Amino acid sequence: MPQPGNPDSRSAVDILIASDRVPANARPDLLTEDDIWALLEEVKDPEVPAVSVVELGIVRAVRWDGKELSIDVTPTYSGCPATELIEELIIEAMRAAGFRAPNINQVLTPAWTTDWITAEGKEKLRAFGIAPPEGSSSKLSLLGEPDIIACPHCGSTDTEQVSEFGSTACKALYRCTECLEPFDYFKCI
Amino acid sequence: MTQAEALQEYLLRLADSDMILGQRLCELCGKAPALEEELALMNVALDLVGQARNWYEYAAELIDDGGDADKLAFRRDAHNYRNLLLTEQPNEDYAVTMGRQFFFDAWHYLTLNSLVDSSNERVAGIAAKALKEATYHLRRSSEWIKRLGDGTEESHRRMQDAVDILWRFTGELITPNDTDHIMAEAGIGPEPDQLASNWREMVNEVLTQATLTPGADDAWMYMGGKHGEHTEHLGFILAEMQFLQRAYPDATTW
Repeated sequence: MPQPGNPDSRSAVDILIASDRVPANARPDLLTEDDIWALLEEVKDPEVPAVSVVELGIVRAVRWDGKELSIDVTPTYSGCPATELIEELIIEAMRAAGFRAPNINQVLTPAWTTDWITAEGKEKLRAFGIAPPEGSSSKLSLLGEPDIIACPHCGSTDTEQVSEFGSTACKALYRCTECLEPFDYFKCI
Repeated sequence: MTQAEALQEYLLRLADSDMILGQRLCELCGKAPALEEELALMNVALDLVGQARNWYEYAAELIDDGGDADKLAFRRDAHNYRNLLLTEQPNEDYAVTMGRQFFFDAWHYLTLNSLVDSSNERVAGIAAKALKEATYHLRRSSEWIKRLGDGTEESHRRMQDAVDILWRFTGELITPNDTDHIMAEAGIGPEPDQLASNWREMVNEVLTQATLTPGADDAWMYMGGKHGEHTEHLGFILAEMQFLQRAYPDATTW
């Protein structure tokens, strides 16, 4: 942990995260791929700012050989309008860390699945008021019964679907019949 | 027709069908019958336009004339469009909107389900992504057909009318042309007979549950979309959709 008042003990990553400008002493050549993953943890999804692009499973790979940085990202949905903004936010974060020309590759295969959302990411979604995806995408059947979705506000499982589609492509609209609050459900795909 | 030409034709059919249906659905933005329906329709439209972009990007790389996805979508005239005629039909009432969606979704789901195993990896990758979305679309539209068909007297009458109006455009979905045969032989596209029988089975099952009567198997069908002969509606769609790009070509800031 960084010690206030003792700048020497702060890692390169901590210094970068604390600043929103390119630090004059940015030394990307000293950063490892793990450090870059840590920087990406600070890039939030613009539609769901509670979770990072890493927690959502959007960042698939990071390659840094000391000269060239390339990051693989995958869109959640084919038409997700946040895809380009997310790429820009990643580029911005990397530039702030001193990387001059980060390459962002969009990969479609394998297709993104909600199974890639980390356990921590799911917990953050719930705390944000969005019910996280239930179950595994591989078990979804075309006309199968939807899983029981717990209300992210009161935890009740007495909930009902209002619409299969919500405010963004990745969410469905639900209502809790216990606390009567409407909520978003992050669809399992 | 060479296999390379057939692949371009096929990609444009997938892209144009997604694009035109997406554009049609977007006409309902701000005037759908209920807020939840509007959200759903716009989500479906967004998925379709996103998928169209993926297919267009691949098509543009193969055509390799310096064009890109935007140029394919916004600078071609109606006779160069390869979308299925069903997708360009007007929204009319909600029974027609959802009927068109269901007939399309059944074809789309089954087609993508087959393309996932395509011998062409790029096609398989785009399809795998799109299939997840199309599955949601099909589930929703088939539920609507059942609710409207097996609903009130009026909803049943309207839904049956919609099936009767749209039926003439469904033959094109499952009647193969040269492109389909070449794609199937190359292992790129679905087996036409399999696709046709699966589509009929799926549609019959849902229509039966909805207490609706499908059209006759030997009904006369309009089938020009796959080679660029369209109904009068496409020109109007393109006029609206392409106006900005045509008026200000290559503008980067609107």
